[in-house]
Amino acid sequence: MHNYLDFEKPVADLEGQIFELKKLMDAGEGVDVRDEIQRLEKRSYDALSDLYKKLTPWQKTLVARHPDRPHCIDYLNRLVTDFTPLAGDRNFAEDHAIVAGFGRFRGEAVAVIGQEKGADTQTRLKHNFGMARPEGYRKAVRIMEMAERFGIPVVTLVDTAGAYPGIGAEERGQAEAIARSTEACLNLQVPLVALVIGEGGSGGAIALAAASRVLMLEHAIYSVISPEAGASILWRDAGRAKDVAQAMKITAQDLKGFGVIDEIVPEPLGGAHRAPMDAIDTAGERVAANLAELSGLDGATLKQQRREKFLAIGRNL
Amino acid sequence: MNWITNYVRPKISSLLSKPEVPENLWIKCPETGEMVFHKDLEANQWVVPSSGHHMRIRAGDRLKAFFDNGDYEAVDLPKVAADPLKFRDERRYTERLKDSRAKTGMDDALLVGTGTIEGLGIVAAVQDFAFMGGSLGMAAGEAIVTAAETAVERKAPLVLFAGSGGARMQEGILSLMQMARTTVAVDMVKEAGLPYIVVLTNPTTGGVTASYAMLGDVHIAEPGALIGFAGPRVIEQTIREKLPEGFQRSEYLLEHGMIDMVVHRHDLKHKIASLLKVLTKSPSTLPQAESTSHLEVMGLSAEEARSSQAAE
Repeated sequence: MHNYLDFEKPVADLEGQIFELKKLMDAGEGVDVRDEIQRLEKRSYDALSDLYKKLTPWQKTLVARHPDRPHCIDYLNRLVTDFTPLAGDRNFAEDHAIVAGFGRFRGEAVAVIGQEKGADTQTRLKHNFGMARPEGYRKAVRIMEMAERFGIPVVTLVDTAGAYPGIGAEERGQAEAIARSTEACLNLQVPLVALVIGEGGSGGAIALAAASRVLMLEHAIYSVISPEAGASILWRDAGRAKDVAQAMKITAQDLKGFGVIDEIVPEPLGGAHRAPMDAIDTAGERVAANLAELSGLDGATLKQQRREKFLAIGRNL
Repeated sequence: MNWITNYVRPKISSLLSKPEVPENLWIKCPETGEMVFHKDLEANQWVVPSSGHHMRIRAGDRLKAFFDNGDYEAVDLPKVAADPLKFRDERRYTERLKDSRAKTGMDDALLVGTGTIEGLGIVAAVQDFAFMGGSLGMAAGEAIVTAAETAVERKAPLVLFAGSGGARMQEGILSLMQMARTTVAVDMVKEAGLPYIVVLTNPTTGGVTASYAMLGDVHIAEPGALIGFAGPRVIEQTIREKLPEGFQRSEYLLEHGMIDMVVHRHDLKHKIASLLKVLTKSPSTLPQAESTSHLEVMGLSAEEARSSQAAE
């Protein structure tokens, strides 16, 4: 059974009926409901396709934050072998909101840096819900510099509501840490592919996403501010989050239109949470394809192209 | 990329634009509540004479106060796509822009000028909080890119006065992209071997602090300025605690190693000029006895240095 979002209720009802009928059949009551199940499965499939074909930006926000949606660690487990996570910024602390390290992706050496939100209460607390502190970004810079030294490409997995707003984070230079991480991305002399897997929240996201190629999952969002925070600033009413999601143009489809991202990675029907392994495998294909395109380029060219790409954003709108 | 920037004479409008005429000619000092005559404030670069409180100063006034004899060439800034999101909240973004333009006499939140400070040629970019909170959108981003390109082309240091609430919400993701674009811009200046100085003014927060405003070779803040990533209200709501006294103010940032010095507005020009002359290995223009004391270089304000010298 799935965790259903409110707007998925029609599908939830149908799938509930199917579940009951199957239970009935398994119990061997002697009633043949196979035709009925088939009919319902068709209806539920159609209902799901219809829903996901025309998700509103706010519905996409909910899908992007779905508790069962695959997170950074799921991608690492599925796509990267021989992974050695590295810890600490060598200054103050280890920040579990950002997971980073080296491993093999399809046999080749890769550095992976990603935000991890956690999957249950315990891990969510451990990873601070994917909201990094300055140490997380400084660790990211450390890994990027190391990757460059060894000529190893970097893949970032973006999934954060934003950088953590707290006293300690401010005290230790959250703004400077984000700025340096964005700068490190832009100056990196190895290929850098960013994949927005869930929420791309503000400065906390661009700090890992100023990449040679920026890919975004079909139902991911990427925004200058969370819809809730935007609503409380613009309408002084956090309840208007739906309107902000709409007005702010935060979907992968909108961003592709603006030329802010390079590619949309399709998700399985009903969102990545319905078939996480399929979603991860498709994303893996696309990351590999993009890395392959960048692999022949020398460091100076990679850096120059990345700079020109960002300078060009918005100039042809 | 177009490295050639055209320069035009300062627009008549920006020359003639005065700070908003206050409804009341007497302005209240936010610190002491004392009423100050606006002419006195203007004559004192918008620093309250008695309390030393630094009020916001308009970008045009800042440039005039900063450059020698108030002379500078305004750098022509590129036009950008208007309202790509077709954004509206309670009002249309295009209307807000129109209002801000009428109110400030500016096209957007930044002015860029070239000229000399104590004889040294520099490029200065100033963010004006009066224009939609100094917010960083596509136009401000292009202004900073242009300022950086001008600095590189003229082989001149870049001085940037930051003052902004952060990204411009009404431009959505395109405003977020300015964090990356402005970072590219200031790195071009640094890679050309030119100094990049940031002056943080009240307030500098959000995406502006988290990009070009924290990437300077030297960070200088005006006294008492609010500087941070997250706004104090957001932090309070997140942690549900009262914030410590002086949190996110210039002096707090100095203590925590995020900035190099806190400098009174009146001393900024001399401080920056003498520092830039050292960094660019230009000759000092002042007679030996009058040149900056080592105490000032260590980050004391001119006043502090004077009083400590007097104590000696």
